[in-house]
Amino acid sequence: MSNDAAPKLALEQLEKNFADINPPLSPGQALEEGSRCLFCHDAPCIKACPTAIDVPQFIRQILTGNLRGSAKTILEANILGQSCARVCPTSVLCEGACVLNIEGKKPVEIGRLQRYAVDPVIANGIQLFKARASNGYRVALIGGGPASLACAAALRRLGYEAVIFDANPQPGGLDTYGIAAYKMRAQDVLKEIEMISALGVEIRRGVKVGSDISIAQLERDYDAVFIGVGLGATEVLRIPGEELKGCMDALSFIEETKSKSLNQVQVAKRVAVIGGGNTAIDVVTAARRLGAEEVYMVYRRGPEEMSAFEYEYELAKKDSVTFVWQASPVRVIGDANGRVNALECIRTRKGAKDARGRSSFVHEPGTEFRLDVEMVVKALGQERNTQFLGQIAQLELKNGCIAVDSQTMCTANPRYFAGGDCVNGGGEVVDAVAHGKKAAAGIHHMLEASRGRKAHA
Amino acid sequence: MPDLSINFCGVRSPNPFWLASGPPTNTAYQIMRAFDAGWGGAVWKTIGEPIINTASRYGSVDLKTERMMGLNNIELISDRSIETNLREIAEVKKRFPLHTVIASLMVESKRETWHDIVKRTEDSGADLLELNFGCPHGMSERGMGAAVGQVPEYATMITTWVKEVARTPVIVKLTPNVTDIAHMAKAAKAGGADAVSLVNTFNSIVGVDLNNFSPRPAVAGRGSHGGYCGPAVKPIALHMVSSVAKTVDIPISGIGGIGNWRDAVEFMLLGSTSVQVCTAAMHYGFRIVRDMIDGLENYLEEKGFASAMDIVGKSTPQVDDWGNLDLNYKIIAKIDAEKCIGCNLCYIACEDGAHQCIRVEERPLGDLRHDVLPKHVPHVLEDECVGCNLCALVCPVPDCITMVEVDSGRPHMSWRQLQEARGKSPQCSMEDLLAGKNGS
Repeated sequence: MSNDAAPKLALEQLEKNFADINPPLSPGQALEEGSRCLFCHDAPCIKACPTAIDVPQFIRQILTGNLRGSAKTILEANILGQSCARVCPTSVLCEGACVLNIEGKKPVEIGRLQRYAVDPVIANGIQLFKARASNGYRVALIGGGPASLACAAALRRLGYEAVIFDANPQPGGLDTYGIAAYKMRAQDVLKEIEMISALGVEIRRGVKVGSDISIAQLERDYDAVFIGVGLGATEVLRIPGEELKGCMDALSFIEETKSKSLNQVQVAKRVAVIGGGNTAIDVVTAARRLGAEEVYMVYRRGPEEMSAFEYEYELAKKDSVTFVWQASPVRVIGDANGRVNALECIRTRKGAKDARGRSSFVHEPGTEFRLDVEMVVKALGQERNTQFLGQIAQLELKNGCIAVDSQTMCTANPRYFAGGDCVNGGGEVVDAVAHGKKAAAGIHHMLEASRGRKAHA
Repeated sequence: MPDLSINFCGVRSPNPFWLASGPPTNTAYQIMRAFDAGWGGAVWKTIGEPIINTASRYGSVDLKTERMMGLNNIELISDRSIETNLREIAEVKKRFPLHTVIASLMVESKRETWHDIVKRTEDSGADLLELNFGCPHGMSERGMGAAVGQVPEYATMITTWVKEVARTPVIVKLTPNVTDIAHMAKAAKAGGADAVSLVNTFNSIVGVDLNNFSPRPAVAGRGSHGGYCGPAVKPIALHMVSSVAKTVDIPISGIGGIGNWRDAVEFMLLGSTSVQVCTAAMHYGFRIVRDMIDGLENYLEEKGFASAMDIVGKSTPQVDDWGNLDLNYKIIAKIDAEKCIGCNLCYIACEDGAHQCIRVEERPLGDLRHDVLPKHVPHVLEDECVGCNLCALVCPVPDCITMVEVDSGRPHMSWRQLQEARGKSPQCSMEDLLAGKNGS
């Protein structure tokens, strides 16, 4: 790709391009923004937060200068409050629910205020919570993403031993590896996870359950198991040329921007990104910011049907991305060296609506066209992880996701609980945290009940 | 075009807006800038034997992002010589002969000393004299200021001394740090005062530093009580002005938290002929007077008043004793569901802070990813509503909650009337008496 690589930008420029998209509030800004909060009773922002953070309360605590109390209010409800402050799609959650919207005013910037309160606590390593004395129970958690982290932290606070098995070298799952760098740096997440480790959560890194440690052994050694494995690999296109050098999946690309120095990340001069979701936006913006000169976002439907959030779309527009709507890739074309040098697409038109209300699409014969690109990134969503989940006895799957009781997050196998993307098919960090919290309560309830039974017997 | 000029004890002032005695009126330089900006008059920073001030001197109370809702100071009277001040008064009068210059005076409580300062000040050309019997800090420890204003006999005595020699009208500035300010106004009048100005500042400690435990403003880690003023004191000042206006027949110059034309109009409606401003000028500068003039002019024009003098005391008859208020007057809250944004502040205020007359369902869980958030409007239990206003006061949306009059079908019945009726018909129930039935 050397000839076709985008000219390398200086590290300084790259750092600037990937600088915090939503920089922290100054004390003056926080005071002004916080003052806009009406302190609603039974506030809609709380109701719209999957983890039910008491938003008016934490904002009031910022205003009274009780920053530590504010952070505690947030983290009590959402142990990954630092991540969520940065990556939550607040415009459809808390901020979308803010009553000021109804009056045609800007909603209170809850995400940034949350960051204002939580950042100093995380940065200074202040430990706000304590583990309760051991109750003798041990819980294994498979996967080290937000769901497991939230579940483990809650379990420690209830006195459980909690051991996370994570296949990756660093914990955090997509929170660490899958969030656009200008939203959050990996080191911020790791600092947040340190707080959870400090609660006594054990994180075994680089351990793959099923190969490095057997499921049977987990069942022997632990009283309950939480599954927070997320989803599988990026879906494949099933078109010719997918194996060519320069054709890669979105998560690997984002992971590179998160695990390497930005000047170590390769990007081509011209890039085509396939997909219309938030991940596709992360990729197009990252590619532009890394120095790609022409970036296409190829989507088989129109802008109105993109699953990406409005503000994400705006971001891509600002980064001067070329949108190729109503187009479907048919072939990746390579050069003599087996490197990508074009993507062939075909125009699509809308077909009948599917059950979710989204249009199907039909190829228009004879409308094929080529995009000259040296890199193709697939942002198609992730496959279900059915292979791994199939190894666990009695687990019930629905559309490839684990079926759970929505209150306890207990699976069809009563010793297994689950949460996060492997349950909802792909959601926000805050949804995963909510699942983890619920599951911890569910596990607690189950084990306490069985202790009661034992005591009776 | 309405006439903004006023006649204060025979002195004509271009408008009712005067700067109060304080830091903005320390020098001729400042006062001439103020007159250029449009102020009708200025009360010179109190002249007397020069003092030495401390650093710091001011402390304030903020409300969220609103700065200086209340201001407190421990600054004393002028630190410049009497000669300098009087010379500058003469200069200002020469440059601005039609503007009103009021000399504020404070000297030790000796008859000759007062005679001397009054004569010298009048020679400088000041239009009016204001006797500072109000300064609550520092000077009072030396037997001046509030130390005089808090003892009616002293106030009468010194006013008498001044009136023995004064040829210009004399205003006595009253301290609010008394149980009944109208009583003090009577004392001033008894000494021959031509007018009173009120209020001076309130005794206050504006705050405490939570780290070093020092009161604010701090002078090397210590503090002393100061005088409090600014928007926060306006309601108390309004009451005091109205109380004097109702009980003593004397012109009033109103002071206390006035920052715009609306505040000024309120003071005038309650009986002030002129108004004095200090904190707002310290906060934003003299330029605030432009809108004060413009706003007052528009107000007078809209309401059909020919002169600013026409509104002086206009509200006084409507300030009454509680015992004369109609117990049968009924209003209830109405929430405009269109305007309501669903903050539920009215609900919780009524539930916890008033009379439990508003109901609202618990808000359902949900966010915009799944469906549109339902609009969540509380409703008033009209039969329970006591018409207290609280919900309308806490509602953040203009005109969303209105208090609507309901015909109670009953005659006017005040507590006094009720007492009377009870005396006449002791056998009747309270309910019947309220309904105007006396059993006969």
